[in-house]
Amino acid sequence: MYQINGYLEASTISEAIDYLNKNDNAQIIAGGTDVLIKTRERKGGYVDRDLVGIMRIPELKGIKIDAEGNIVIGATSSFTEVEENEIIKSNIPSLCTAVGSVGGPQIRNMGTIGGNVANGATSADSASTLFALDTIVRIASKEGIREVPIEEFYLGPGKVALNKGEILTSFVILKKNYKGFKGDYIKYSHRKAMDIATLGCSVMIKINGQIIEELKIAYGVAGPTPVRAKGAEEYGVGKEISQEVLNEIGEMCLKDTSARDSWRASKAFREQLIRELPKRAINNAIGGGFNA
Amino acid sequence: MLKKINCIINGEPKEIEVDVRESLLDMLRNRLHLTGTKQGCGVGECGACAVLIDGNTIDSCIYMAVWADGKNITTIEGISKPDGSLSDIQQNYVDKGAVQCGFCTPGFVISTTALLNKNDDPSRDEIRRGLSGNLCRCTGYQKILDAVETTVEQRRNSKK
Repeated sequence: MYQINGYLEASTISEAIDYLNKNDNAQIIAGGTDVLIKTRERKGGYVDRDLVGIMRIPELKGIKIDAEGNIVIGATSSFTEVEENEIIKSNIPSLCTAVGSVGGPQIRNMGTIGGNVANGATSADSASTLFALDTIVRIASKEGIREVPIEEFYLGPGKVALNKGEILTSFVILKKNYKGFKGDYIKYSHRKAMDIATLGCSVMIKINGQIIEELKIAYGVAGPTPVRAKGAEEYGVGKEISQEVLNEIGEMCLKDTSARDSWRASKAFREQLIRELPKRAINNAIGGGFNA
Repeated sequence: MLKKINCIINGEPKEIEVDVRESLLDMLRNRLHLTGTKQGCGVGECGACAVLIDGNTIDSCIYMAVWADGKNITTIEGISKPDGSLSDIQQNYVDKGAVQCGFCTPGFVISTTALLNKNDDPSRDEIRRGLSGNLCRCTGYQKILDAVETTVEQRRNSKK
């Protein structure tokens, strides 16, 4: 038995919002691969809650391209659904790599991309790629819909910009942020499955000849929240790609991040990864050629 | 709080009254006495409790029983043939020495079943990935991979 107080199966977004507004003890549950584990482990804030299930709300499901060519990913799309989706596979393969690196098959079948972001973990495998894509987080409340850039959605470890009565409904990836880009996500972890990233690095790059036209570098576990390496990005844009430029990008990423010691790895080791992984990710994204 | 749910379990439609606090694993083992599905870690790490829901593997220890409403569930009891004889996957686990203590085996057979339904010609790496949500502390995995590869080969040969 899970130590919960009650369970409501919401069938519409407004039903879920109403319940969240009138019950201070309510807690949203999507695929349960995080919430149910925390409940079982009796983590603070996850015991005796009134859970609200949102997996049967049709509007939260599905992945589509809208009229402007923007990709909209429903919050309760499972990792498997994102990984195997044709729109994502053909437009943002690095996001497939990212969600495909989560846990194992059973976790990927239940865990959702919305839950991965909404729980506010810096290690979320999908988050750094969503950062590199300048993703917009769409949030519903009884006042209507609001949109928040994903960088502003993360407030601190486990803290996100969801107020009482709000639900994360979807992610919007603008056409200008994926079209013409190549990308890669590298998860560094001790095991190839069922592990949490020691460090994750996602890169989106637009290259014209050998000139870097646009560059986005984002990390997980390189700070209390996922983070962009904007200084390194600015340095890289306009440069002709070379081993020296790649090395300098790696060095500059250190200034934009704040790795720390944990039982998984030391600060020094994470800093080495912060230097190395963007080089490897850029090299993979552009099809090789450098000693990364 | 009790709730009535309807689902199909191993091909049979069922109406079951469950406590909303129950996991699917609790429901299968304690209400339906389908004890082939094992509880290992209880937190989705080991895969001993894996079952198929609409053809996809999930860990039933972190799946609420109420979520089973309207779903088609297959447990290890539904993998064996109706006369109780083993499926080809199960038989190969036995023949290849992929079963030692046996506690992880139902979960592995479930994951193997789902993997081969999705991909009938997986590489060894794809098999490893497909079974990466299941832990085995006895075999060292090689014999499990052998059992899966043998099944793939046999199925390929029987199609010729």
